[in-house]
Amino acid sequence: MTALTGDDRLLCVRDLGLDYGNGRGVRDVNFDLWPGEVLGIVGESGSGKTTLLKLLGGQLAPQSGSIRYRMADGTMIDLNTMSEARRRHLGRTELAFVHQNPRDGLRLAVTAGGNVGERLMANGARHYGRIRAAALDWLERVEIETGRIDDRPTTFSGGMQQRLQIARNLVSGPRLVLMDEPTGGLDVSVQARLLDLLRGLVADLGLTVVIVTHDLGVARLLAHRLMVMQGGRVIESGLTDQVLDDPREPYTQLLVSSVLAA
Amino acid sequence: MYVAVKGGEKAIDAAHEWLAEERRGNPEVPELSVGQIAEQLGLAVDRVMAEASLYDRELASLALKQAQGDVIEAVFLLRAYRTTLPRFGASLSVDTGAMHIDRRISATFKDLPGGQVLGPTYDYTHRLLDFTLAAEGKAPAAPTAVPRDETMPRVLDLLADEGLMEREEAPADESGPVPDLTREPLTYPAGRALRLQGLARGDEGFLLSLGYSTQRGYGRNHPFAGEIRQGTVSVEVEVPELGFAIDIGDVMLTECQSVNQFKGDAVRPAQFTRGYGLVFGRGERKAMAMALVDRALRAEELGEAVQGPAQDEEFVLSHTDNVEASGFVQHLKLPHYVDFQAELQLVRSLRAARVAKKEAAE
Amino acid sequence: MSGVEGYNFAYLDEQTKRMIRRALLKAVAVPGYQVPFASREMPLPYGWGTGGIQVTAAVLGADDTLKVIDQGADDTTNAVSIRRFFAKTAGVATTTRTAEATVIQTRHRIPEQPLTEGQILVYQVPTPEPLRWLEPREAETRVLHALGDYGVMQVELYEDIAIHGKIKRAYDYPVEVAQRYMTSPSPIPKFDNPKLSNSPALQLFGAGREKRIYAIPPHTPVRSLDFEDYPFDVDHPGQPCALCGDRASYLDEIVTDDKGSRMFVCSDTDHCAERRGEIPQ
Ligand SMILES: Nc1ncnc2c1ncn2[C@@H]1O[C@H](COP(=O)(O)OP(=O)(O)O)[C@@H](O)[C@H]1O
Ligand SMILES: [Mg+2]
Repeated sequence: MTALTGDDRLLCVRDLGLDYGNGRGVRDVNFDLWPGEVLGIVGESGSGKTTLLKLLGGQLAPQSGSIRYRMADGTMIDLNTMSEARRRHLGRTELAFVHQNPRDGLRLAVTAGGNVGERLMANGARHYGRIRAAALDWLERVEIETGRIDDRPTTFSGGMQQRLQIARNLVSGPRLVLMDEPTGGLDVSVQARLLDLLRGLVADLGLTVVIVTHDLGVARLLAHRLMVMQGGRVIESGLTDQVLDDPREPYTQLLVSSVLAA
Repeated sequence: MYVAVKGGEKAIDAAHEWLAEERRGNPEVPELSVGQIAEQLGLAVDRVMAEASLYDRELASLALKQAQGDVIEAVFLLRAYRTTLPRFGASLSVDTGAMHIDRRISATFKDLPGGQVLGPTYDYTHRLLDFTLAAEGKAPAAPTAVPRDETMPRVLDLLADEGLMEREEAPADESGPVPDLTREPLTYPAGRALRLQGLARGDEGFLLSLGYSTQRGYGRNHPFAGEIRQGTVSVEVEVPELGFAIDIGDVMLTECQSVNQFKGDAVRPAQFTRGYGLVFGRGERKAMAMALVDRALRAEELGEAVQGPAQDEEFVLSHTDNVEASGFVQHLKLPHYVDFQAELQLVRSLRAARVAKKEAAE
Repeated sequence: MSGVEGYNFAYLDEQTKRMIRRALLKAVAVPGYQVPFASREMPLPYGWGTGGIQVTAAVLGADDTLKVIDQGADDTTNAVSIRRFFAKTAGVATTTRTAEATVIQTRHRIPEQPLTEGQILVYQVPTPEPLRWLEPREAETRVLHALGDYGVMQVELYEDIAIHGKIKRAYDYPVEVAQRYMTSPSPIPKFDNPKLSNSPALQLFGAGREKRIYAIPPHTPVRSLDFEDYPFDVDHPGQPCALCGDRASYLDEIVTDDKGSRMFVCSDTDHCAERRGEIPQ
């Protein structure tokens, strides 16, 4: 990993907060993210992980705080004060969002090729042959038989759908990938294969990732750093090994010793 | 040999003449007068006035006569006339609390100030064909009584006085322009004022089915018929030159207010909420259906899950107008030769490509 | 000046016409953008040309000459009905000759004879939103237009090629107007799409039921959506018109018996009659 200096942070989150109106949500979230880093967010169900990820992805608007993001040209911008037009543009170029349920992130009525090609077309690609070649290449990378390119995702297994969703997101070469429990809801053997694949992609492409998971095994395998959430707050953060092997907070200790059903 | 479809003009003229003959029917049977329709087919006239948004019994009766009793066709005729009328201004809000009541019932209280007043209703008639009507018998005179000299407070106001029912907030500036969906393009979200306007002129059958769907689980909202009242209210207009309001006449209205549960949320305590229905004439079925749909459409405002089409503003408002729906459904009978020809060529070429591919493979 | 007692010239009252003209001006200023307007109920049914009729009523002057076609023909019943409506309510001159008309109201076709400077072509539009089949919500499609976010349509075309080997849209083929708005050309066959671009005539589109007006001003570039390696093309049955012999016009297919016999004739009746010498040039 390259040296972490303050100047090249990709993401800079300060005092972020959102209350759903029932006292739940997230508050006082602060962290930085550097290019090439994989940040894991762990915590029990209901601790605010998905809420935080949706705030980062712009699907929810925060009530307080800021999310500053470094654009490809080096300028820092606040994702929240950005116009809807720019945010949507960013959402189909630089940002990627992998949903826990692939059905939320795929177009089920569109073929696998169309799903992978969509971001390219949304960004102006107008050469059918090249779009198709890119789709074939990405299907191969996520280990989907290229012969399935004209099949609809409804005919795919859960694991294949999730891999397709990943291909669909990564095809545009995003600079920041947000993933919400990408291995959740899959059989253990399918999970292992997906995890392997993700690890390979992260390493090969040098992706910058924020990954939400309640599975500490996934966190250990993929994340460089961890943030532990409880009741909407980040209660502990640090290098993955340090947090998992030598947790400071009593809550984290319970979590790690799997006394808490995460 | 192909003959170009000339003679369209002649065919249209002939069709119209035939239609006029059909409308009149057997000339040996006496012709129906507009007055007879207004007096004896009153509920049909009411429905035409309501869905055409034009309160004029005589014109509505004429439209029904011209349309051979086809209600939607009659609504269409009256609407097309209505658009050509200048709009002089808006009346003051009518006060249904001060209604001159013919009928007033509540399903939520057994008795209440003013009492339950049945009025002219089909509710408890046994639906047996009455052959004496076919024999042109004279209707017996109904008994009369002096109206009870009591005020008839609205049931929902009684609940509101106790804090159990939400209060409707009057618009900040009542003198401000009333939105009018017949004069401005409807955009979404439309908001409740325009929604109620759309529902008031919406198709009774459509609203009935949508309201019904909420009772069957597609957007449940636990309604009670808090109050239904029917009668005449006076319409007043403020004339700037005079500086006070003048009464320009009476209209017959049916109003339905439903009482619906509301669980409450972080800011609002548990309370009853209302659905509102108001129609011209004696349109009780429509007013009730409207109240159900109005309440269903408030799902988002009240933080309820949106689970059924009746709760979806854009879906309801864009499909409730029967003149629009009737026109577009029936436009399918207009010639589509050109588009169909384009489709024919496409399907033929797709099939040819398939055959060629198969042959090449063999 | 009006032909019918109790109604204004060309049926609509002047205030309504001004409202429509304001929408038209906006439409011309922002080519391809769908301008909401307070569509009136017309004495003809929705879906039968109420949008086109309102636009025509708003642009028609006493010295205009009106032509009305449906499916390219002047004598189809709906064309006859609308032409009569204006002859009656506006008392304007009517014609079947494309060249003589100053205003042409059309449903589903663009005349074969090239239009000229000063002519206005008014289209009747059933569904003005080209994205409607992909996104039913008006609130969302308006955002997509505002942001120029048209990827979904390109995906749709991609799917056609992937599954059928070609773009499977025969009419109402979406276009991009002046390099900005994605627009529905109304259900004209795609055969007519090339005529939309850089036309010297003013093209106005009216959708009455959907309450939208849009325009393609004269000399505006219009591009039919496609892929670089699957360029837009038009279909033709490959036969000449059986009546006038034209090989380049759009043809209607006529079933002549129950044994599968067919003949192809021009859909543009004025064009065909002129070529057959039935109308003096
Ligand atoms: N739309 C919502 N309205 C109200 N409360 C919500 C909403 N979404 C989530 N919550 C609540 O906010 C808290 C955090 O939820 P979430 O971010 O989904 O947690 P996690 O992803 O860690 O399981 C939970 O208590 C949840 O019940
Ligand atoms: Mg979650």
